[in-house]
Amino acid sequence: MIPDFDSVRLIDISRHFGRRRALSHVSLTARAGDIVGLLGPNGAGKSTIIGVLATLVAPTSGEVRYGEHTAHALAAPLRARIGLLAHELFLYPELTARQNLTFFAALYGLDGAAVDTALARAELSDRAEDDVSGFSRGMRQRLAFERALLPAPRLVLMDEPFTGLDDRAIGIASSRMRELAAAGSIVIVATHDLDLAEGLVTRVVLVRGGRIAVDEAASVNLRARYRAMAGGA
Amino acid sequence: MIFWRTAWLVLRKDFAIEVKSREIVYTTVFFAVASVLIFSFAFVKEGVAPEGAAAGILWVAIAFAGTLALGRTFERERYNDTLRALLLAPAPRAALYVGKLLGMIALLAVTEALLLPLLAFLFAAPLFARPGLLAALLAGGTVGFSAVGTLFAAMLLRVRSRDVLLPILLYPITVPVIIAGVRGTAALIGPQPDEPTATMWIGILTAFDIIFLTLSVWTFEPLMTD
Repeated sequence: MIPDFDSVRLIDISRHFGRRRALSHVSLTARAGDIVGLLGPNGAGKSTIIGVLATLVAPTSGEVRYGEHTAHALAAPLRARIGLLAHELFLYPELTARQNLTFFAALYGLDGAAVDTALARAELSDRAEDDVSGFSRGMRQRLAFERALLPAPRLVLMDEPFTGLDDRAIGIASSRMRELAAAGSIVIVATHDLDLAEGLVTRVVLVRGGRIAVDEAASVNLRARYRAMAGGA
Repeated sequence: MIFWRTAWLVLRKDFAIEVKSREIVYTTVFFAVASVLIFSFAFVKEGVAPEGAAAGILWVAIAFAGTLALGRTFERERYNDTLRALLLAPAPRAALYVGKLLGMIALLAVTEALLLPLLAFLFAAPLFARPGLLAALLAGGTVGFSAVGTLFAAMLLRVRSRDVLLPILLYPITVPVIIAGVRGTAALIGPQPDEPTATMWIGILTAFDIIFLTLSVWTFEPLMTD
């Protein structure tokens, strides 16, 4: 049986890469329905937090809890509940859009109907048999977005999800994230784009130097607030 | 069940990509065939080859062509960081290793199937006189070499100097495989075929395979987690 959870907690997580400290005593809780915006400058540790939550990066110390489960105890079944869209798109350029989605769907035990739905959501049904190598960045990003959401994940991790998308596609992606949160998913978005984050995220977590500087409910005028936080934190 | 299904899916995906690109199979087969041809020009004089040369050349071609293929197999998972997507799949991570390993074994089997008749012809070697024992030697050697190589290729994926490091790490560990393969094959194709000696080398290869397959499956997940 696939374990379910309604919250995810980072408890005093630190992560070192050799002598470099990527995360230092990070604690964070996100609950079903939250859209958490991870904000911060380059190298702040946002992607490492995403990696730890995705079970791809093991913390040097501390614990990650998915509801009552730990990643260590339930690694493989737990991963069926996690969807990740990262900087790189996790697509095979030599394969068609359908072949890519069919492969990843099969890894999650899903059938062709899930693939057709994902292709339709990505607005790529008419390009399903084309190789991904011929797609624009925006088309690849839409496909990767739907690939990440194939298993209907409880925990949705998005690292710069709007890269390469035009205004219309950004609107669709944002609506999709709101739908997921409303349906009970925990959505965590790492982004630099404060304009896009504004109005989307329900909580703002500012990461600086591997530490969480601010964790608070999202407010209007996020850019001004971010400047104040970054200056004062 | 999910373990083998995942391994099969990875193997099938790699096959689908290879059918389109033919990148690895062309590189590997051309390199192996070119090696054998060059050795034949150097060693075969007036239609006579030095005794045992065919055995050595067969295993040198397999090892070098295999190293080329190993580098390319995981390079494919680096382009778009797809290895991370595979590691995120809800299956034991060792299944990914097994899928890649099976692909590597299949590729080397195709290469060997082309090399054997070529070697038999160019070096007048009786490679098909004892097909069962030769197949066992090749199978044992291929599995052992691929088991170690696949693990190292995966480990080195994020290392910048991986192309240099792979042979440096791989050859010292797989020396027993190469020695067993060469000595076993030489015992079979010599003027007086020595089946007990070949059988002994098959036993050594089998022991190597069991040890390194177990170690690789056991260590793959911790090695692949950042």
